[in-house]
Amino acid sequence: MAIRSFFLFILFFSSSISPVFSLYEDQVGLMDWHQQYIGKVKQAVFSSQRAGRKRVVVSTEENVIASLDLRHGEIFWRHLLGADDVIDGIDIGLGKYVITLSSGGSILRSWNLPDGQMVWESSLQGPKHSKSFLLVPTNLKFDKDNLLVVFSNGRLHAISCIDGEVLWKKDFEAESFEVQQVILPPGSDLIHVVGFAALSQFEMYQINAKNGELLKHESASFSSGFSGQVSLVSTETVVALDSTGSILLTISFQDGKISSQQTPISNLVEDSLGPAVIIPSSVSGIFAIKTDAVTIFIRVIGKGNLEVVEKTTHEIAVSDALSISEDQQAFALIQHASSEIHLTVKLAHDWDGNLLKESVKMDRQRGLVHKVFINNYIRTDRSYGFRVLIVMEDHSLLLLQQGEIVWSREDGLASIIDVTTSELPVERDGVSVAKVEHNLFEWLKGHMLKLKGTLMLASPEDMAAIQSMRLKSSEKSKMTRDHNGFRKLLIVLTRAGKLFALHTGDGRIVWSYLLRSLHKSEACQSPIGLNLYQWQVPHHHAMDENPSVLVVSRCGPSSDTSGVLSFVDTYTGKELSSLSLDHAVVQVIPLPYTDSTEQRLHLLIDADKHAHLYPKTSGALSIFKREFSNIYWYSVEDQNGIIKGHALKCKCTGEVADEFCFDTRDLWSVVFPSESEKTIATVTRKLNEVVHTQAKVVADQDVMYKYISRNLLFVATVAPKGSGEIGSVTPEESWLVAYLIDTVTGRILHRVTHHGSQGPVHAVFSENWVVYHYFNLRAHRYEMSVIEIYDQSRADNKDVWKLVLGKHNLTSPISLFSRPEVITKSQSYFFTHSLKAIAVTSTAKGITSKQLLLGTIGDQVLALDKRFLDPRRTVNPTQLEKEEGIIPLTESLPIIPQSYVTHALRVEGLRGIITVPAKLESTTLVFAHGVDLFFTQLAPSRTYDSLTEDFSYALLLITIVALVAAIFVTWRLSERKELQEKWR
Amino acid sequence: MKWVEVIVSFILTLSFLSFPSCGFQSDELLVDDEEFGLEGAPQHRSPEPIPTRSPPVTSPTRKRHSDLDSDSKIQFSLDHAFGDSDFSPAGTFSARLKTWSHGGQTLTKLRFSRNSFSDVEKEKFKNLLESDDFYRIRLPSNVLSPPGRDFIISSVKARCLPRESLDEHFVIHMEGVNVLAVNYGSPGSCPYPRNLKLPAKWSFSSHTVLKNSEQAPRAPVFTEEILGGENAEGEVVQPAERSFWAKYWMYLIPLGLIVMNAITQAMNMPEEQATGQVPAQGQLSAGAVQRGPSSAVRRR
Repeated sequence: MAIRSFFLFILFFSSSISPVFSLYEDQVGLMDWHQQYIGKVKQAVFSSQRAGRKRVVVSTEENVIASLDLRHGEIFWRHLLGADDVIDGIDIGLGKYVITLSSGGSILRSWNLPDGQMVWESSLQGPKHSKSFLLVPTNLKFDKDNLLVVFSNGRLHAISCIDGEVLWKKDFEAESFEVQQVILPPGSDLIHVVGFAALSQFEMYQINAKNGELLKHESASFSSGFSGQVSLVSTETVVALDSTGSILLTISFQDGKISSQQTPISNLVEDSLGPAVIIPSSVSGIFAIKTDAVTIFIRVIGKGNLEVVEKTTHEIAVSDALSISEDQQAFALIQHASSEIHLTVKLAHDWDGNLLKESVKMDRQRGLVHKVFINNYIRTDRSYGFRVLIVMEDHSLLLLQQGEIVWSREDGLASIIDVTTSELPVERDGVSVAKVEHNLFEWLKGHMLKLKGTLMLASPEDMAAIQSMRLKSSEKSKMTRDHNGFRKLLIVLTRAGKLFALHTGDGRIVWSYLLRSLHKSEACQSPIGLNLYQWQVPHHHAMDENPSVLVVSRCGPSSDTSGVLSFVDTYTGKELSSLSLDHAVVQVIPLPYTDSTEQRLHLLIDADKHAHLYPKTSGALSIFKREFSNIYWYSVEDQNGIIKGHALKCKCTGEVADEFCFDTRDLWSVVFPSESEKTIATVTRKLNEVVHTQAKVVADQDVMYKYISRNLLFVATVAPKGSGEIGSVTPEESWLVAYLIDTVTGRILHRVTHHGSQGPVHAVFSENWVVYHYFNLRAHRYEMSVIEIYDQSRADNKDVWKLVLGKHNLTSPISLFSRPEVITKSQSYFFTHSLKAIAVTSTAKGITSKQLLLGTIGDQVLALDKRFLDPRRTVNPTQLEKEEGIIPLTESLPIIPQSYVTHALRVEGLRGIITVPAKLESTTLVFAHGVDLFFTQLAPSRTYDSLTEDFSYALLLITIVALVAAIFVTWRLSERKELQEKWR
Repeated sequence: MKWVEVIVSFILTLSFLSFPSCGFQSDELLVDDEEFGLEGAPQHRSPEPIPTRSPPVTSPTRKRHSDLDSDSKIQFSLDHAFGDSDFSPAGTFSARLKTWSHGGQTLTKLRFSRNSFSDVEKEKFKNLLESDDFYRIRLPSNVLSPPGRDFIISSVKARCLPRESLDEHFVIHMEGVNVLAVNYGSPGSCPYPRNLKLPAKWSFSSHTVLKNSEQAPRAPVFTEEILGGENAEGEVVQPAERSFWAKYWMYLIPLGLIVMNAITQAMNMPEEQATGQVPAQGQLSAGAVQRGPSSAVRRR
């Protein structure tokens, strides 16, 4: 033990000698993590023909184009296009450019394949809206320049692949013409454009690819009409369905002549199956149709003879065709079987023979295969090998090769809908996961390494070892609750209907669960996950009960479809139960009460304004009855501009007696005049926010009481004209009105108009203040305003003697039906950035000062002290005010580069910022999500309640040792002196 | 010269900032209370509805234009409901509609005449009081073409109203001729355990206030303030400027003790022997002092 402490001393001593003792650079990654995603893949193009790095270029539903490493699935480069810049098609031109068509076919861009730099961009206009097609022919040359053929907005363009110049264009202006396919027969200079006109007319245009000249135009009419898409079975034949979905039309246009054949589906399949749809694919000679339960593959023989090759009831996914040689095309087929998926690769003309047949074990939580992309390579034995990229129901992306999953990406996390947190299990004996270094040798070795590191003698490997050791020893990734409350589970719900639990320590996925209730079923056609709520948070039984979350979802996009509730255990990730409701879910109100099993009471409001209480237990009901008359809520009708307040009335008066259903009534309403105001933002305080001090002591020893009410609503309205984009109106016709409304009585406590201002408004409400961000058209700048609201009715309680003698009204219950005596203070400042999100830090007890977290347009998170948004700032604060911490008034809010929470990283496509208090009062956990995820810890007032990691224990030790030594020495000296004195 | 400019601009902005928000509101409420204290009294005596009037809330800029603008009289009705019953007429608001030269219309000189309760209504109201239920009122959302898009509803627990008489207080939020919201309740407080109390007189004393939107204070504009950012940063750095004592008291106190110890030692010592050893002590302790603060600085 003595040796150990001696070593400790030596080590500390040596570490304090080295002049540089800042941990800034290697602190990155200690408390924060950053994960990059791309979203659900829509289209993938492989680029593996050339030597060098194999890669795949993908476009996604989050409007990302990315180049991924085919070996590991890492991102080489990635670009996030704007929210309204939806990608229609991607391809690779000349083997080195990635061509993307986006924004409904109006923007064509070319990116350099190796590094993702943009090469050129051209904008394509056209006479009318239409489908868009991007074709990159390999053999179409024009003055040594490869052509791109783009059909978009009713116009056919030929574009140079090198500089994006439009070489020729041809309009298809016929009113009703709807393009269905653009075909480039290989080895010819012709382009075929086929489509429908006037619902029953089939049109075919033949165009010279060299100059855009119209060579031929044929049309034929079909009395039965068309439905859905067409499938291309050869360069001169398409298959379509008639308007009833029961007759197949095989249309061929060989040599410019249209001939057709009609085949009822019932001729091919005995039992009629109801209307069918064509599955889009491009395999020559074969197409697939799908009815409710059955998928049928049909081969086209000769001119319009159809033959069923396979009929399957399994879920199936087909890839596009891949040319493997001059006249051979291969395609991949994936079928599901309980816990496996079967991958078959077939040749287009030979259905029965399989090039490849593999089975891959698949995690059930990934759901069905949605998309398949096939790619080939040459094996070591010079035969063809195939790899496929599959997109699953949970939006994950996997690469399969040789019957194995080579890599997988959890890209569902790019589209998070809602986030909540859960505590980890309490540490128990035997449960502890991580082990601390236990023997002296390892301990010594670790410290020697650290010593080397501090003396700058360490090799890069040593540095890596030190870093990993530091990560490990910080214990941040343990699966148990920690004393400071830094370790938690982030429970996120993604758009795919999957729940993930992420560990706050390192961001790894602890479990994931594809909600069964969000699967498509007969009762529930297109389920959508809506929100996550904390259902059960055990405190009394924390040792033996697991917390659970409530997932609220509904069966369709409109709000009157019936709802589904699922309850999921947050430790195990198992669904405890799920409820299909017979009513809709318009609003979910978590009530501040829990029943005997610590389940939180929730009130669900349906479309008929009935309130339903959950959980449906008698215990919950009795608690609810007690608080019956104290429950109020509000609803915002965005379309009408009406805000209404509601309360409970009585039991439901339906035919079916339901104890847990209650009628409601309207208590108040606020009607914004539709010609002058339109609501664009409503914000309330966070339900779980804690306010520590109710009063604020201002400079001259005066006290102001904060008006703290949970029932305050901030509403921002703008002039209807000004609800468009910034700059679409003049300052005179645009205004913004901010309201503070009490949601129990409907009182407007504060109302203020900003003339010449415009949305979008981002606002955050906390304690007794609200901060909102908008655009000032007069000043051509963004502005941020703050409103603070103070209670005057308690302002008399300043006298100390009153407080001492108990003659104050601070403890009396507050009723919102009393007339409020409030005063507000507000101020506005300019701010440079436009915002994507705004949040405020929250801590366990609310003592720590607050910081605003601003999600800037550059996808970063900026922390701004709330002190900058204090309405009491003046140009020349007095000495007293300065001591209080009031900053002199400036016209704009400062942006301090060091206060970017995300430091050098970007959270691409930032959508939301969530703050969670840790148990340590000074610290708050921040989670920012968008396409990327970012997590960090913040201490708005520094970590005043714990020693930071860079605290110099050595210095402390040295001081103590020096003092002890000094005491000993002086003691000795004095003793000796006393002795001498006595001897004298 | 520059200073004068700065001061003037400061005063201007200050007055601009402070005036519209705070001064405005308190002013209006005071006037309101005074007037109704006087006018409310005679009201109880007569059974007929007596109009109460509220001072119109207009901004000074608008007053200047008033000569140019035309007036017309309008009326709109107040309905009430007991609990969940249907609405029935309860009174009439009458006001002057001012049409401004720039096209806007506002209400001024709002008067309110309240119908007194009939016996049936009294009975209903008593029931409300007993069951602690809501007394609800409504107004049209547009005073020119009632009811406009929808009615404005407001409600209050009936037990909040009775005092001597039935005291009610309306704050009507207007936007031109549209009523946005009405805040209805008792003029004072309504403490929470609401006790059942019947009014002494079954007549209303009504207070009404019209409110229009306020202008927001503008963002301060400084022409020559370039110091902004620096000031802000200086503020952040400020905590570092603590006094030497505040920073190093934890080192200084033990040091002081040692020094005191040493001094007492030295005092006790006879003069002839002291010379050799006291300096040695001094050096040692000085060494401890120096090491303390300097390494503390390094730590930060």
